[in-house]
Amino acid sequence: MSNTNGFIGKSVKRVEDKRFITGHGHYTDDIILPRQTFAIFVRSHYAHAKILDIDTAAARTMPGVIAIYTGADVAHINGVPCGWQVNFKNGDIMKEPKHPLLVADKARHVGDGVAIVIAESKEEATEAAQAVHVEYEELPCVVDAYKAVQPGAPQVHDDAPANTSFDWALGNPIEEVNAALSASAHVTTLEFVNQRMVPNAIEPRSYNSSYDPSTEKYTLYTSSQNPHLIRLLMCAFVLGIPEHKVRVVSPDVGGGFGSKIFHYAEEALLTWCSGKIGRPIKWTAERSESFVTDAHGRDHVTKAEMGFDKNGMITALRVKTFANLGAYLSTLGPCIPTWLHGTLLQGLYTTPKINVDVTGVFTNTTAVDAYRGAGRPEATYILERLVSLGAHEMNMDPAEIRFKNFIPPFNGVSEPGYVTQVALQYDSGNYEGVLKKGLEKLGYAELLKKQQEAVNSDKLIGIGFSTYIEACGVAPSAVAGALGARAGLYEVGHVRVQPTGKVSVYTGAHSHGQGHETTFAQVVADRLGISMDDVIIEHGDTESVAFGMGTYGSRSLAVGGSAIVKSIDKIIEKGKKIAAHKLEASADDIEFASGKFTVKGTDKSLGFGDVALTAYVPHIYPQDLEPGLDFSSFYDPTNFTYPFGCHIAVVEVDKDTGKVTLKRFVSIDDVGNIINPMIVDGQIHGGVVQGIGQALFEGAEYDEHGQLTNASYMNYCMPRADDVPMIETGTQITPCPHNPLGVKGAGEAGTIGSTPAVVNAVLDALWSAGHNVKDIRMPMTSERVWTAMQL
Amino acid sequence: MSMNISLTVNGVRYSHNVEPRLLLVYYLRDVLRLTGTHVGCDTSSCGACNIILNGKATKSCTLLAVQADNAVITTIEGLAKDGELHPLQEGFKQCHGLQCGFCTPGMIMTSVDLLQWNPDPTEMEIREALEGNFCRCTGYHNIVRAIQYGAEKMSAIKSTQKEAIV
Repeated sequence: MSNTNGFIGKSVKRVEDKRFITGHGHYTDDIILPRQTFAIFVRSHYAHAKILDIDTAAARTMPGVIAIYTGADVAHINGVPCGWQVNFKNGDIMKEPKHPLLVADKARHVGDGVAIVIAESKEEATEAAQAVHVEYEELPCVVDAYKAVQPGAPQVHDDAPANTSFDWALGNPIEEVNAALSASAHVTTLEFVNQRMVPNAIEPRSYNSSYDPSTEKYTLYTSSQNPHLIRLLMCAFVLGIPEHKVRVVSPDVGGGFGSKIFHYAEEALLTWCSGKIGRPIKWTAERSESFVTDAHGRDHVTKAEMGFDKNGMITALRVKTFANLGAYLSTLGPCIPTWLHGTLLQGLYTTPKINVDVTGVFTNTTAVDAYRGAGRPEATYILERLVSLGAHEMNMDPAEIRFKNFIPPFNGVSEPGYVTQVALQYDSGNYEGVLKKGLEKLGYAELLKKQQEAVNSDKLIGIGFSTYIEACGVAPSAVAGALGARAGLYEVGHVRVQPTGKVSVYTGAHSHGQGHETTFAQVVADRLGISMDDVIIEHGDTESVAFGMGTYGSRSLAVGGSAIVKSIDKIIEKGKKIAAHKLEASADDIEFASGKFTVKGTDKSLGFGDVALTAYVPHIYPQDLEPGLDFSSFYDPTNFTYPFGCHIAVVEVDKDTGKVTLKRFVSIDDVGNIINPMIVDGQIHGGVVQGIGQALFEGAEYDEHGQLTNASYMNYCMPRADDVPMIETGTQITPCPHNPLGVKGAGEAGTIGSTPAVVNAVLDALWSAGHNVKDIRMPMTSERVWTAMQL
Repeated sequence: MSMNISLTVNGVRYSHNVEPRLLLVYYLRDVLRLTGTHVGCDTSSCGACNIILNGKATKSCTLLAVQADNAVITTIEGLAKDGELHPLQEGFKQCHGLQCGFCTPGMIMTSVDLLQWNPDPTEMEIREALEGNFCRCTGYHNIVRAIQYGAEKMSAIKSTQKEAIV
């Protein structure tokens, strides 16, 4: 990389940490505005119920109450929009029933908003909300995606027959895939549930919206991953208020994991209400409320079949999935089980025939949308379970079968990208490389011996593999548009060099833990040859950042970082002209390196700070050049990026109790070039543990009445510190060939790779002792594992 | 009805009339505007609200403000002294023990408590001490390392102090 001044590839300590470790972070709920009011929602306790009457009379007279609005008051307002359109196989547009800000006629899931109560204090609003009397008529409900499409199932929406939003298919013609499976020497079949997950960022969703009648401007503080997107959706699609008079600020945000991408009804409703009452209104979800209103993740019912020839080469893959979308289409709901799932079913393998068929289904549950990995963990889970089970059934080594089937290495520059059967072109890869490294780090041969020795002991040992690929750096706008996106997916990077040579960078990406204030500053300081102290990264405010699409899909550095690099290139180009004029040389003869503009072959040079000052004090200055050193760029990627890796779990299974103990977790991730290894490691650690959570501990449990029975931190079992070991991370670097930093993205890798590794490890332990088990439902609790061992 | 409470927070003496139903965490956040102490759940499960109350790590969402009458409290804002970070704060920064930062104050206050009664904890003892704190970002790996860093630094400081006295 040119102009390397020592910041790229260094584990620089995070710039943002100081405010967080001293208690000076600035989260939405920390904000109290002058004349602040507080909102509490009245929500449906039923999963499916007609609303017969709402009586707010008593509540309105209670102390401190300012206003109460119900579904009838907002019936004229548009619903919350969906940002991605998926068509039926026959070309019909998906069924997209209105998602109202508050329901007037019928509640469709527990937690559906029925009324909002605004009062002088949180306590007064809470008391008044309890005095709102709602008369319901409970209706039969359905919570399971497969049951919801059966004849006679309760209908969530009148205008979505068979509760189907869309059916969708991708890949080779089904007849070809069927024929290839029939001709296979062996077919491995799995029917399983990829259970519903609750993202559970530790900061609950929080909004504070205000309206200034004198300027007719709104300001919304929101715990969002993408403030500009929220502004666009809320102004243009829901409220019809002028975008240029709305400021949306996402200050420090306490984790997102996907759940804070989406535009939620509460954001628009609070904004509309603040216009009505002319005072700021704050709402922060209680945790039990988050559980039933934050969009959930996963929830697929799947049947998958993988064919092999007699040597273990994969011949075909057929997948049928019923994807639970919940009661309404969330912002990206339809995209996740289709374009972010079906497209990843090539995995790392040369599978010649693939067909995937997905039905998107409405149920009486909380909406389902992107959760860390979003579709890609579900695809990886299918592939990695099938490959490991196939190896077991054919008596092959699980590593060996992967080596056999890997797509050979290609760099994407002198060797072309790999075109899959499912609509993607991988950018660059060396898949056997990560598995080789993983096996070395693991000490595989030694472990296999230990596993054999353990067969007759109290505790079985299992080794589980997962080799994954993901599509990140979301996304080339034209491609996304052709696939149904209703927005562009570029990013904006604005670099403002101040007269003193200090640099302010405004990025449309949003950091809610990723450490952009550090990583992006490393890139800028490195390219400009200046100190990191001279760079500040600003994000999260529509008033300072021109535009942006936010952070999700492991896109910040690949797309947002590239936009910043584009602006830096423009600054250097202009700087050369300024320097050339001052140094009395031609701009073509100026080189920029280590923060200095130098006339080639001479010792005549001008520092970056001198050029900055000259740009703003243009006394000796080229005639045809504008003053100033300030550029904004949009970067629209030409392809997705394709990080990949190898995850290996080692578990111990207690024969008497079924208790699983995760002994080791080894990961080798290839996320392209790495700017800050410490931050990449941290992303992997966190992602891996979330994936372990799905395998062993977590899962939303709905009962037949549509009640989420584990809707609290006491019942929903997230991994705690003593549930997991240290994560043994490692990397391989295969640069991305199509963005200027060569980076691929690291935010989701951990979650995508880890879940099947852990599940495969538990099954491997049971197989080592001769148990004939194909599947154990996640989360793999002691009871489920013990039960499987009785077979 | 309101009740008068007097207490010391981060070395400052306060006296306020509060509603008896006010939780201590909201007294700290909304009355004293010490917003470093966070609320992540409503079941005393997440530990984001941990403070040191009369010398012990305490979930401030689980006490009423009136129960803290006469108490001596340290919150995350009171941990650094004269602009110098506490060794545990330093550990969290050095070891990348935080990402979004939301659970961090509670994590740090919990580990302050741990190192008071166990200055040289093993990895497992650290993990067990964090049983009452959720982190969704870090996978706990670097939090454990941060606490190990803090423990080492604190014992180094202690031995230097001893040498100085000798």
